[in-house]
Amino acid sequence: MQGSTIDPAKTALNYHHETEAAAHHEEHPDHRLFGLLVFLGAESMIFAGLFLAYLTFRVVAPVWPPEGTPERELLVPGINTLILISSSFVIHQADVAVKKNNVKGLRTWFLATAVMGAIFLAGQVYEYNNLEFGLKTNLYASTFYVLTGFHGLHVFLGLCLILAVLWRSRNKEHYSGEHHFGVEAAEIYWHFVDVIWIVLFFLLYIL
Amino acid sequence: MTQAEWQSTTTPTTEGAIPGKRKWQDYFTFNTDHKVIGIQYLITSFIFYMIGGVLATAIRTELATPESDLVSPELYNNLLTVHGTVMIFLWIIPAGSGLANYLIPLMVGARDMAFPKMNALAFWMVPPAGLVLIASFFLEAPQAGWTSYPPLSLMTGKVGEGIWIFTLLVLGTSSILGAINFFVTILRMRVPSMGINDMPLFCWSMLAASALILIGTPVLAGALILLAFDLLAGTAFFNPTGGGDPIVYQHMFWFYSHPAVYIMILPLFGAISDILPVHSRKPIFGYRAIAYSSLAISFLGLIVWAHHMFTSGTPAWLRMFFMITTMVIAVPTGIKVFGWLATIWGGKIQLNSAMLFAMGFISMFVIGGISGVMVAAVPFDIHVHDTYFIVAHLHYVLFGGSVFGIYAAIYHWFPKMTGRMLNEPLGIVHFILTFIGMNLTFMPMHELGLLGMNRRIALYDPKFATLNLVCTIGSYILAVSTLPFLANAGWSWISGKKAGNNPWRALTFEWMTTSPPAIENFEELPVLTSGPYDYGSGNRNPEMEPEESQSNMEAPPGFIPPEEARAGSPEP
Repeated sequence: MQGSTIDPAKTALNYHHETEAAAHHEEHPDHRLFGLLVFLGAESMIFAGLFLAYLTFRVVAPVWPPEGTPERELLVPGINTLILISSSFVIHQADVAVKKNNVKGLRTWFLATAVMGAIFLAGQVYEYNNLEFGLKTNLYASTFYVLTGFHGLHVFLGLCLILAVLWRSRNKEHYSGEHHFGVEAAEIYWHFVDVIWIVLFFLLYIL
Repeated sequence: MTQAEWQSTTTPTTEGAIPGKRKWQDYFTFNTDHKVIGIQYLITSFIFYMIGGVLATAIRTELATPESDLVSPELYNNLLTVHGTVMIFLWIIPAGSGLANYLIPLMVGARDMAFPKMNALAFWMVPPAGLVLIASFFLEAPQAGWTSYPPLSLMTGKVGEGIWIFTLLVLGTSSILGAINFFVTILRMRVPSMGINDMPLFCWSMLAASALILIGTPVLAGALILLAFDLLAGTAFFNPTGGGDPIVYQHMFWFYSHPAVYIMILPLFGAISDILPVHSRKPIFGYRAIAYSSLAISFLGLIVWAHHMFTSGTPAWLRMFFMITTMVIAVPTGIKVFGWLATIWGGKIQLNSAMLFAMGFISMFVIGGISGVMVAAVPFDIHVHDTYFIVAHLHYVLFGGSVFGIYAAIYHWFPKMTGRMLNEPLGIVHFILTFIGMNLTFMPMHELGLLGMNRRIALYDPKFATLNLVCTIGSYILAVSTLPFLANAGWSWISGKKAGNNPWRALTFEWMTTSPPAIENFEELPVLTSGPYDYGSGNRNPEMEPEESQSNMEAPPGFIPPEEARAGSPEP
């Protein structure tokens, strides 16, 4: 509020309006979770489109990967996959903790997840640096980089969400057993990124 | 207590000042009120409609003669690309969002959308994206048509194509954010007394359209991301010289862009279903059939996309599949059309501008629908592919359908949005000019296409000259037809006749509050006591005149009274 310049009658009206709005807000149930799920449904359609494009390229090509594509090792991406999958279990512990009003536990588990996510991204960068093909080498290389890169972008976004929750939870009152949608949202998003990676890993590394 | 009784007891009076009227500055700010956002969408998209119309007039002027005398072939390509993109992504889709934003919360008895800030964000992505696209004329405009097929789109200029991709990604994001809001609001924010089968039909059709946006638009985004890599980073996803496959782009593009046709028409199907019963004073015929056919259209709309690719080397068995699904989509669409016709059958029809445009919508859309079934047939499509027959077909659906529908919706809901009535004689002049102009412009294109005139080319064989001149004259009438509307809307908004709360004596919730509605819409949340279209049935509508109830006795054969229709089949 800007203070003295505001006409008192108007302020009263505003105040009345705000309290009224707040009251209305309490009346109806929270739609954020449903909205997030609808959003993730739409988001998964981008990946579905890209995956199907990849599979079509693969089916149509006479040889896949095209001749002369250097071999790729599985060790680093395999470890990375294990880390990302386990991080889903780690972040779930945070959800368990916050439901018991344990904000300290929430912070610990979220920090652990953030570290695991960061290791995943670092592993991805390491893999990119050590691959013997570049973005433009051939169609196989291009799909590899774009699919993993687009997923990496989502991991990065999920990491930002986790860090945002950590930042907000400095205030012990911010999240509680009843009010912790931010925690829930970051967790669901992280699971989503994880599931996408499992599909991606199967398509790109195993199939 | 009936809805109308409820209305007379709890709605605040409107004597004197217009309630809920906003300052004009509010429309230029990041405002989270769904009514402000709705009007922002409608006016912004109408401005882009006029820009797209100027481009169309330039195209038709160039095509008045067989030679290239007004613009160079390159500029012609720019004009048709930007015309298509503007009309689809900056006019019809955002105009539908505008109507949905304004009407959905009012219709379901909510105080705002589920996520008001996201709603405002979705709107504010539209003007910058549109301005960038229009401004591309000063730098380098896209040239590859609104479909932007590679490899053509990779060869016609990086800057223009890059701008086109950017515009579409931003508009697509905006569209997805809007759809999340519509979807959640319709499913979760209805007043407790309103079951899903009591919703106004506009909400049903927006539910179906939102589902299509949520499923289809992300796939287009995926295609555009890959196309951007091809264009800017030199990869070869869609470039055959690097081992890529341009057909994959076509599949991804049409997986969105065919449903986009339904994204553009479904909101207006819903609006028409709401307008017809009011102005013919009769219950809607077949509420559930019309409601569920929207869902059927949206499901079938997702499995017909390759009918745009019959000449792209699609295998014969696949063409057969897409031919059949495409033809099947005529069934739910036909259900709607018959439902509308049965609704106005024997009704007390008021031939005002809203009703004229609604009836124009039905007749024009049926012509576009029939030519749609024609081009769904593979042998016929191979003959007319990429000719003016397709141009005629799509304009009958998108102009005769969507644009007539948007006008009908504006004439119907303008009193609610502004608190003032539009001028009727001017509205009728507007309708007659639009109707004549539209048919004069697009009807001859059917013949041009059958004779073999290719679309998207600035020059043509002199033997097509006469019909093309007719089309051009028609397009000038269309351009002029906008003027009475603009004058009417502008003048009526400032000093039109006061509308009152419910000038059409309609029964849906949006008419149960002041015009324009106050902030947060309802003084007290309304309670649903009767169906949305129970005009003239029994004692449910006390405002009905006696002769109106008489005229409603003449129901079409097979008519099921609304209460029975809503209850489903009778108990054994």
